[in-house]
Amino acid sequence: MTAIVSVNHLSKHFRDLKAVDDLSFSVNEGDIYGFLGQNGAGKSTTIRMLLTLIEPTDGDIEIMGMNLKTHRKEILRNVGAVIEKPDLYKYLTAQENLSLFAKISGVKVPSHKIKEQLELVGLIDRADSKIKTFSQGMKQRLGIAVALIHDPKLIILDEPVNGLDPQGIADIRNLILQLSRSMGKTVIVSSHLLNEIEIIANRVLIIDRGKKIQEGTATELFDPVNTLVELIVADVASTWEKLQQTPWNNNLYAKEGDTILLRMHRNDIPSLFKTLSSIDVQVYSLSPRHSLEDYFLSITTQNRHVETFAN
Amino acid sequence: MWKLLQIELFKIYKRPRTYIAFAAVMAIVAVVQVALKYDGKSYIDFMMSGLSDTFEFQNEKVLNGYLVCFIILNTLLIHVPLLVALIAADEVAGEANMGTLRLLVTKPVSRTQLILVKFAASVIYVILLLIWMAVLALLISMLIFGTNDMVVLRNDSFHQMQADDVLWRYIMAFGYATVAMSTVAALSLLLSVFADNAVGPIVATISIVIVLTILSEMNIPLYDKTVKPYLFTSHMVAWKGFFYVKSTEEGETIKGSIENLPAIGKSFFILVAYMFLFVGLAIACFKKKDILS
Repeated sequence: MTAIVSVNHLSKHFRDLKAVDDLSFSVNEGDIYGFLGQNGAGKSTTIRMLLTLIEPTDGDIEIMGMNLKTHRKEILRNVGAVIEKPDLYKYLTAQENLSLFAKISGVKVPSHKIKEQLELVGLIDRADSKIKTFSQGMKQRLGIAVALIHDPKLIILDEPVNGLDPQGIADIRNLILQLSRSMGKTVIVSSHLLNEIEIIANRVLIIDRGKKIQEGTATELFDPVNTLVELIVADVASTWEKLQQTPWNNNLYAKEGDTILLRMHRNDIPSLFKTLSSIDVQVYSLSPRHSLEDYFLSITTQNRHVETFAN
Repeated sequence: MWKLLQIELFKIYKRPRTYIAFAAVMAIVAVVQVALKYDGKSYIDFMMSGLSDTFEFQNEKVLNGYLVCFIILNTLLIHVPLLVALIAADEVAGEANMGTLRLLVTKPVSRTQLILVKFAASVIYVILLLIWMAVLALLISMLIFGTNDMVVLRNDSFHQMQADDVLWRYIMAFGYATVAMSTVAALSLLLSVFADNAVGPIVATISIVIVLTILSEMNIPLYDKTVKPYLFTSHMVAWKGFFYVKSTEEGETIKGSIENLPAIGKSFFILVAYMFLFVGLAIACFKKKDILS
């Protein structure tokens, strides 16, 4: 696999604040690369450095084998981006916005191509409507069309599902998958919504307080041995006591309302279910807590996480 | 570069705010023209009151299209910086406020090009605004009030020009005003680079112009040689110089003459120097700016 983006020892300091601290990672061609971190973790700052919106304090960025500092224009010709909210010219129509940004990108796009892009994002019926009449979801989709209009190899989407309703989130998710699978684009997508990243990304980078915490494939990051399992029962206190008398005692993790949390291998869930039946526990639900979310929380805010559950 | 300029002009053309200035100019010009049409005699009597003991004027001839245009320009050119700032201050800060600046900067265009194109678009806007003003204030006034010799008052004296010696002076005056207003546009653009909302740079531009204009107009000997010559606002009114004519020893006006052309030239170069300074600073600051909006 060829690395299309290669970031080496990247740092950005705003006076005393280290927004990004010695961050290195690489994105391969064709990847959907998930960029995961809580709000303020440094995702947007990193993405803005990739797009030359912010000057790094230190470090190097290579995109498509070229240094971003010395080959900015050549690189940006092959990059499309949506940064947080896809703000476009409100007083222009969807078609006018697309045409305008294509021209700025140095591409002459025929009107049928503009219509194709609007078709792709499901906005063909609103081609001549002004942006000020668009919903947030429609703006987001049009933002992606703007990012794609000059046919870039690399697409960078910063929090693309922010502020969208469930249908809007699903639309964007499908669009991103389509970009990668059908059109062969490399996509870097940042989000604090872990399940979104888990669904679409084949590789994930987790950052916290500007530092890299983990990088790998979603499967690598998901640890089946250490899954947090949620058990919802009628009587939490008595179930907890009963489980303490069984070999599951070592797996008991925390009590949270009507839920007991156990840390265990995901494959052992059926066996736990058998035990619960045998000790006469009324089970309402037994399921693994969201895997990547669990992992993410455990590595970024472990202390706070434990304290919350312990209370 | 040309393509970028076309895009910038297209955005200005499509933006509703653009037309506020054109409507404002039309309204002010119309108000002055209507007032002078119906009560011009009183105005001329008042204007000439200091000279009527020494000279005899035919008021109906003095009040003509050329003088009306001069009166309008005198009134309006003080306020045009506000209209120019409305557009020029919006060039970067407005884009930052809308969120489109970050999208623009991620395109394969250098930041220097972006600022130069935005400045060029502002200058074209200034030119169109002044052409509009010329059409309304000069041509329409010529149609309503007719043409005749032009009398311009200056302190306790006056300058008189023959009717066929006036039009070229207006062309020069409007040309000069374009440079003066472009300097204001450059200042607005510079201030716009530091803001994420156009209101700040608009207010700042107007405040600077007002404060410096007051300083330029104040008669304080200490400032006359130390401060005033260096303020760009002191040179913005030099367009009036095109209407001050030389006269012979007998007091006859010399046709086609300008009383102090070198002073106008000096003011012109000072304004151009300020324009370069403001645009240069805008480029330097924008190149270093982290786009966080």
